[in-house]
Amino acid sequence: MTAPIKSAEQLSATTLLRFATAGSVDDGKSTLVGRLLHDSKSVLTDQLEAVALASTNRGQEAPDLALLTDGLRAEREQGITIDVAYRYFATPKRRFILADTPGHVQYTRNMVTGASTAELAVVLVDARNGVVEQTRRHAAVAALLRVPHVVLAVNKMDLVEYAEPVFAAIAEEFTAYAASLGVPEITAIPISALAGDNVVEPSAHMDWYGGPTVLEHLETVPVSHDLTACHARFPVQYVIRPQSAEHPDYRGYAGQIAAGVFRVGETVSVLPSGRTTTIEGIDALGESVDIAWAPQSVTIRLADDIDVSRGDLIAPASDVPATTQDVEATVCHVADQPLTVGQRVLLKHTTRTVKAIVKDIPSRLTLDDLSQHPAPGQLVANDIGRVVVRTAEPLALDAYAASRRTGSFLLIDPADGTTLTAGMAGASFSAVTAQDTEDTTAEDAEWDF
Amino acid sequence: MTTVATVPEGTDHPYALSHLDSLESEAVHIFREVAGEFERPVILFSGGKDSILMLHLALKAFAPAPIPFTLLHVDTGHNFPEVLEYRDRTVEKHGLRLHVASVQDYIDAGKLRERPDGTRNPLQTVPLTEAIQQHRFDAVFGGGRRDEEKARAKERVFSLRDEFSQWDPRRQRPELWQLYNGRHAPGEHVRVFPISNWTELDVWQYIEREGIELPQIYFAHEREVFNRSGMWLTAGDWGGPKDHETVETRQVRYRTVGDMSCTGAVDSDATTLDAVITEIAASRLTERGATRADDKMSEAAMEDRKREGYF
Repeated sequence: MTAPIKSAEQLSATTLLRFATAGSVDDGKSTLVGRLLHDSKSVLTDQLEAVALASTNRGQEAPDLALLTDGLRAEREQGITIDVAYRYFATPKRRFILADTPGHVQYTRNMVTGASTAELAVVLVDARNGVVEQTRRHAAVAALLRVPHVVLAVNKMDLVEYAEPVFAAIAEEFTAYAASLGVPEITAIPISALAGDNVVEPSAHMDWYGGPTVLEHLETVPVSHDLTACHARFPVQYVIRPQSAEHPDYRGYAGQIAAGVFRVGETVSVLPSGRTTTIEGIDALGESVDIAWAPQSVTIRLADDIDVSRGDLIAPASDVPATTQDVEATVCHVADQPLTVGQRVLLKHTTRTVKAIVKDIPSRLTLDDLSQHPAPGQLVANDIGRVVVRTAEPLALDAYAASRRTGSFLLIDPADGTTLTAGMAGASFSAVTAQDTEDTTAEDAEWDF
Repeated sequence: MTTVATVPEGTDHPYALSHLDSLESEAVHIFREVAGEFERPVILFSGGKDSILMLHLALKAFAPAPIPFTLLHVDTGHNFPEVLEYRDRTVEKHGLRLHVASVQDYIDAGKLRERPDGTRNPLQTVPLTEAIQQHRFDAVFGGGRRDEEKARAKERVFSLRDEFSQWDPRRQRPELWQLYNGRHAPGEHVRVFPISNWTELDVWQYIEREGIELPQIYFAHEREVFNRSGMWLTAGDWGGPKDHETVETRQVRYRTVGDMSCTGAVDSDATTLDAVITEIAASRLTERGATRADDKMSEAAMEDRKREGYF
C-alpha cells in the first residue's frame, strides 16, 4: 500500500484554500479584500499605480483599495459589485482563491455561487450596526451551502472605540444563530479593515483579543479531512479507449473523485446498472497508484469488461447511494425567468443530464427570519425554496448534507440552456427547521469536503 | 509499507493535495467535461507558455489515448520566429492537427486595416470569430487566467458566446459547484478556460515540476531591443524601431509572449526555470503590467475587447 502523500517535497508544497466573502460595500467588504491583498503583499506596483490613478481621476484623496476588486466599468461607475469576482493571493503557508461576492439582497444567487465551492466563508458586519437582516441572510446561505467554516469579521471596530463588549455581544448573537442553522465551526474576529487591525497584522488597539488575525486563521484552518468517513463516489466523465497498437485493450474510466477514497482491489458497483466488479488499477495522471482520493482526477480500470459510460457512478459495493426518480431538494433560483410548477427542465447531476419536470414547489423560504411560505406557485430570481422534481431516468443522488458534490444539481432551461436553479438534495439545514420535509438520509451531520 | 490511519481533525494529513495537484485535477476535469459534452472542441495554441501548459494538461487528461481536440492559432503575422518554430515542432511531435487563422491574410485581402500604432493584437478578434464559425467549433479552449487582469477576474470557466462571439458580463451563467453548464444554441459556442484559477507563479512552478520544455525566449538571452512607452520591444520588420528610437543589445527574457508589437521583454539574468521562478516571486509588477501594451490602452481595454469576442 502506497502512502497517500507522494513525497516530503509534496508536503512542503502549499495547500489551497477556497473561500468566499459576504457583506456589502457599506460593511467595508471591498476594503477588507483590498487590505488582505495589499497587506499580504499580493498587490503589485502596477496594480497600485492603476488604483491610485483611478482614485485621483475620481477626485478621491487616498487610493481606494476597493478599486482593486471592482473590475467592470459599470461597477466602477456605480461603486458597486455586480458579479462574483475571483481573487488570488498566496502566503508562504498557503495559496488562496477568493470568491468575492456582492452582499446586496438581490445578489443572493451570487453568494450561493461563491459559497458553492468554498470551504470557508467570511461574513462581514459593521460593529456599529451589529447583526442585521443581511447578516442573518449570509449566515443562512453559508449554512444551506454547507460551508464547513464560517468567520464572522466584526469590522469598523475603530468606530466603536475598539470596545470589547460591543464585539462580544455581536459575536455571541451571531454564533448562536449560525449554530442553530447547523454551521459546524464559527470563528469571530474583531477587525478594522480601514486601519488594518487584525486583518493581517495583530491589532495594537485590542489587547483583550487573543485569537488569530483573519489571515492567520485562513492560513491554519484545516482544508483536508478524514475522507475515509465519507461515502466514496466516482462519477464517470469519459471513457478512454486508445485502441492503438500500443494499447489495444486499454479501457479506462476518467473522472474526478467526488468524495472519499478508492483503492485498487476494492469491490465496486456501477450505477445505475448495479453491476459489481473490482478496481484493477488507478492511473493518477501519468502514474499508477494504489489509492486515490477526492478531489483527484484519475482514470479507473475495472477487472471485468462491463458496460460503463459517461454519467455512470462508481461506488464501493458496500456503500452505494439509492437511485431515485423523485428528487426533493432545497433550491436557489438563479435565473431572471421564474421556475413554475409543471415546467419541463433538464437536470444536471455530476456527469449526467436527464429530462425532468417540476412536480411541486411546496414552499418558499424567507432568509431574513427563515419563515416558510407555503405553495408560492413559482420561484423568481434569488428565491430559495423547496422543490419536488420527477426525472425521466433514475439518479444516484446523495443527500447534499452527506456529499456536496453528489448531492448538488442544476436545473437548466432546455430551450436556451440557461441555468435556472441551484439544487441541494435532501433537507435544508442540519438543524432541521419547522415544516421541513424530513429526509432520512440527511440526518447525520456528516460533512463532505 | 504504510497503512492509512485515521488522522485527527485539523491536520493536513494524509489526504492532502498540494496546490499544484488541486489545480491540475481541476483543469483535467474541465478538459474531460468538454470532451464528454461537445462535438467539435478546439484548443487555442500559440506556442506561448499558457497554451503549452494547456496542451500538457490535455495530453495528461486523455493518456494513453490521443487528445480528442484539434488546435487553432490566430497568427498576427508578428509572432516571434522561435515561438512559431516551437509551435510547429510540438504539433508534429504529438501528431496533432493545427488550424491557422492569419491576420496578414485578412490585411492582404483588404478585410482588416493596419492600426496606426502598428499593434495587431486587437485585430485577432475577426479572424478568430470567423474561424470558429467556419469550422463550427462549439467549444474553444483558451489559456486565460483570472489573475491576469480585472475584467478577466469576472470571467467564467465556461463562458457562453453568441454567434458574434460577444461576451456580456451581465448575462453570464452562475458557476455552481463543479457543475459546468455548456448547453448552447446552434451558432453559439462556449469559451472554456481550464487554467482560470492558476496564477503566473503556479504556471511556472508546474512547468518546472513537470519538466515541460519552453521556447528559449522565456529565458535570459542577448537580444536587440529598443524602448517604446517604457517597454523593451524586439526590433523587427513589424514596425520598430522608428526614427527617434535607438536599438541596443540587452540581456532579457519574456514573462509573457504575445506578438512582437505589444510584448515587452524584462531585463533578466535568469537562464533556468529555477532562476525565472525566483525572479517572478520577487517581482513587484504583474505579468501584464510589466510587459503588455495591449492591456494598458484604457482602464476598460480588456473588458471592451472581450465584449467584442476577444479572449
